Amino acid sequence: MTKQQANWSPYDNNGGSCVAIAGADYCVIAADTRMSTGYNILTREYSKICKLADKCVMASSGFQADVKALQKQLAARHLIYQHQHNKQMSCPAMAQLLSNTLYYKRFFPYYSFNVLGGLDNEGKGCVFTYDAVGSYEKVGYSSQGSGSTLITPFLDNQLKSPSPLLLSVQDAVTPLVEAEAIDLVKTVFASASERDIYTGDKIEIVVVNATGIRREYMELRKD
Amino acid sequence: MLAKKGVNPPSFRKTGTTIVGLVFQYGVILGADTRATEGPIVCDKNCEKIHYMAPNIYCCGAGTAADTEAVTDMVSSQLQLHRYHTGRESRVVTALTLLKRHLFNYQGYVSAALVLGGVDVTGPHLHTIYPHGSTDTLPFATMGSGSLAAMAVFESKYKEGLTRNEGIKLVTEAICSGIFNDLGSGSNVDVCVITKGGKEYLRNHLQPNPRTYTNSKGYSFPKKTEVLLTKIIPLKEKVEIIEGGDAMEE
Repeated sequence: MTKQQANWSPYDNNGGSCVAIAGADYCVIAADTRMSTGYNILTREYSKICKLADKCVMASSGFQADVKALQKQLAARHLIYQHQHNKQMSCPAMAQLLSNTLYYKRFFPYYSFNVLGGLDNEGKGCVFTYDAVGSYEKVGYSSQGSGSTLITPFLDNQLKSPSPLLLSVQDAVTPLVEAEAIDLVKTVFASASERDIYTGDKIEIVVVNATGIRREYMELRKD
Repeated sequence: MLAKKGVNPPSFRKTGTTIVGLVFQYGVILGADTRATEGPIVCDKNCEKIHYMAPNIYCCGAGTAADTEAVTDMVSSQLQLHRYHTGRESRVVTALTLLKRHLFNYQGYVSAALVLGGVDVTGPHLHTIYPHGSTDTLPFATMGSGSLAAMAVFESKYKEGLTRNEGIKLVTEAICSGIFNDLGSGSNVDVCVITKGGKEYLRNHLQPNPRTYTNSKGYSFPKKTEVLLTKIIPLKEKVEIIEGGDAMEE
């Protein structure tokens, strides 16, 4: 009798894609609103974006139950910080907190692929990208989720300096203006939803800048 | 065996798919979506899933795309030879038997799930054929990953003796249900109406999924790959070339 493998998994993948782009004085974070399991759609209107602090927003794709638990954990820790320091957490500080929270569960991970976006202490846009266990890096733009393999090459082409061999990768905040960055995000999601079955329905676009946080929506393919 | 070492066989192109068929007053109507997938990626946004078998018989295919193409082409050729041999119009049951014999022989390894429909001298016929070779004869049928979504529509709204327009509308609704509720199906609706008088292949009868956003300014792509390094190493000649003269002579 051959050894039986476990056929129950604690994880599920609810699909979806997220993107974040950092600018000189703004940050755009976007995610689609489709939540699915297997070949079925659970809902067309699920927000994957969460405001963690005044100038700090996180978008996560993967297993939404773990994402919800992670968001709760971060919100609680942020509240404690506010009580102890009498101020909001900055984006880089939240970035480190998220990394530590993820690594804390190194041996039973949060199945959550995150991008953190916001403004740093000087008001410049910043984007941090993570893997499921907390490895993170400050970058100029990033994409995670089921559509990331379709989105990242296009963002590389439009936003990245010609070649890392010619110009050292000092993270570039994109020279694009806020409106152009939003335009780019819309195009990228429209294209991803053409070819990725898990991306579609609507995009939720959140823009963080000096005046505050703004939210807008755009329709995508529903098939 | 290789999978244990982390080497996975290539995922073949499956059609995800919603395919349907129904019998109406004067014949049969077949319907299909147009999305072909390779795992989670759409590899063809507008493929054709309603295959020609004979002038009066068409077949929708779900499952592995190569298998449905190959098996329908093969049986279509066999039917044509049979028509020459007998001098008669092909019958749906002939196509049915040829297909089921082939699929049974391959014990389910030819992953083709088909909805076969047509009108012949004996009347209108609609059948479903499963990869292992079993068949059903039905007044309305659905197959593919979107079959449950489509069948929900059929079970609610089908009745006998539908008119042509009612039938097309119902088939379109069933396929749309698959397109919007099943992630393996999508894009457009193809319809094929077969009657005693002839057939009408309505390719892209409905296109409910246009591209949602196109940037008005467009995007530019750098035309050349940047030059990182230029280094020229002249190749040394191995053979001395003598201009003129007969090469074979000393």
